[in-house]
Amino acid sequence: MRSQLANCFKNESKPHKFCPGCGHGIALKELGFCIDELNIAKQTVIGIDIGCSLLAWDFFNVNTVQTHHGRTVPVMSGYKIASDKNIAIAYLGDGGAYAIGLQSLLTAAHRNDPITVIVINNTLYGMTGGQMAPTTLLDELTTTTPLGQKLKPFFGPELLKNVADKSAFIARGIVSQPLPLRILIKKAIENQIKNHSFSFVEVLSMCPVNWKKDAKESLQFLEFNMLNNFPIGEIK
Amino acid sequence: MIKSEDEISAGFNVIGAVLSGTKAFTASAGIGHVLMQDSISMAEAMRLPFVGIMMQRGGPSTGTVIYSQQEVTLACFGGNGEGLRVVYSTSNPQELYDYTIKAFNTAWKYRFPTFVLGDGYQSKMKIKVLLNKPKTITSSPILGQNDRAINLRNCFNFENQLAQVLNKNIDEYQKTRSKLVEWEEYKCNDCEIVIFAHGIVSQAAKEAVDILRTKMNKKIGLFRPITLRPFPDAPATRIASRTQKILIVESSFGHFSRIVKDNLYGLAKIDTLLKPVEAISSEEIIAKVNSMKSDFWTEY
Repeated sequence: MRSQLANCFKNESKPHKFCPGCGHGIALKELGFCIDELNIAKQTVIGIDIGCSLLAWDFFNVNTVQTHHGRTVPVMSGYKIASDKNIAIAYLGDGGAYAIGLQSLLTAAHRNDPITVIVINNTLYGMTGGQMAPTTLLDELTTTTPLGQKLKPFFGPELLKNVADKSAFIARGIVSQPLPLRILIKKAIENQIKNHSFSFVEVLSMCPVNWKKDAKESLQFLEFNMLNNFPIGEIK
Repeated sequence: MIKSEDEISAGFNVIGAVLSGTKAFTASAGIGHVLMQDSISMAEAMRLPFVGIMMQRGGPSTGTVIYSQQEVTLACFGGNGEGLRVVYSTSNPQELYDYTIKAFNTAWKYRFPTFVLGDGYQSKMKIKVLLNKPKTITSSPILGQNDRAINLRNCFNFENQLAQVLNKNIDEYQKTRSKLVEWEEYKCNDCEIVIFAHGIVSQAAKEAVDILRTKMNKKIGLFRPITLRPFPDAPATRIASRTQKILIVESSFGHFSRIVKDNLYGLAKIDTLLKPVEAISSEEIIAKVNSMKSDFWTEY
């Protein structure tokens, strides 16, 4: 039977710092198992963005650097280009990836930087109080869309598909299906290693605190509302 | 080499590269220099050996692509920190070459972001430069240099956690100041007035000093800080205390003057020749010196 904790976890920083019900823990756990399975803990560097993702700054017993909001992708691009033997993973939220850092993300995909980007999509800005994000669903209530969001959400992987190289790997997973999510993250990292190409996984995640929903309602929102908007699986 | 999408990313690309132990730099001017403060602030917080080559252009806004000395405050104190940086103000292409090499040595030795601050004139000049081979120091990985994993951060939970890190950095910066400061004194020994100028303006000031001394019998000298940050306060104080009359000359409306006044408060009477975004000739400096009357001096 598989251990509940990945070997590359930093035990001193557990229990983790995320809110109860948050999906970050599941995404990070699956990332940890991928690092274990690929045996890459020593040569991996993980860049951590600002927002809730920053709480992962000491999650792993792996080299990490916490950067500025939206700037994790260019830091990892710079690291990888200067140190090709290492594996560079950028871990960030949807605001960091699709709002403040979109220019860098698009360029990294277009340039086919050999880095792996993992984006947690919970449809809002979690750490700052649940404001509207690029990924907020149509009609969704947030603190800054009290009458419901009027725009359709931002489709990150679908956008990147159009600018990325043919060797890039782009996918979307969901925290309620951890095993398929792990397979996608593993494929993404392998694409960096074997094909020396850009790889990207968006992870549909939960934010019960800012969604103002209990466990059952949160799962329903994730698996019904979000899944109806954002198709999961390999996109490129 | 990496072709980045904007100056924000260029700065963060440099940060990624230096974390791996690679000597890296970026270059910019004007609004690009403004955008770069995002990454420079992170480098300052985390003591990363960031090297920037900044060739000042006219501002505010897009201004001109020609020349100014208006990025002094930005280079020295930009960002939301305390200005724990090293800024070399060069005055000619030879110095651009020498101080660019020195900037890497300083950044990797002392771990403060280091800048070569020139201007649009210097960066477009064509003159002979001696490509000497000075000693360079080696770099090593900051992240992943041994078997033990490192978790780096610049965001803290509590005020006292950040204060502890920042105060340690400030303390180290202050202790390192005397090793970092560089300046040039020109005919200051017997001078009754000392011109304070930096960068390319100091070349015009030097010529003005020569002409004023030889043709007009004025006892005048030049003090030129090479490091604008940290400012060479000890030698500047020594000269200001003795001379008691300072003329500050710069191609901005007070960037450099503010630093000088801040460091020499109460020590001397100060007058200024401020000409933002335009070149300053030796003739203009001579005319200014000849027009100054004793009651024009402002006391600081």
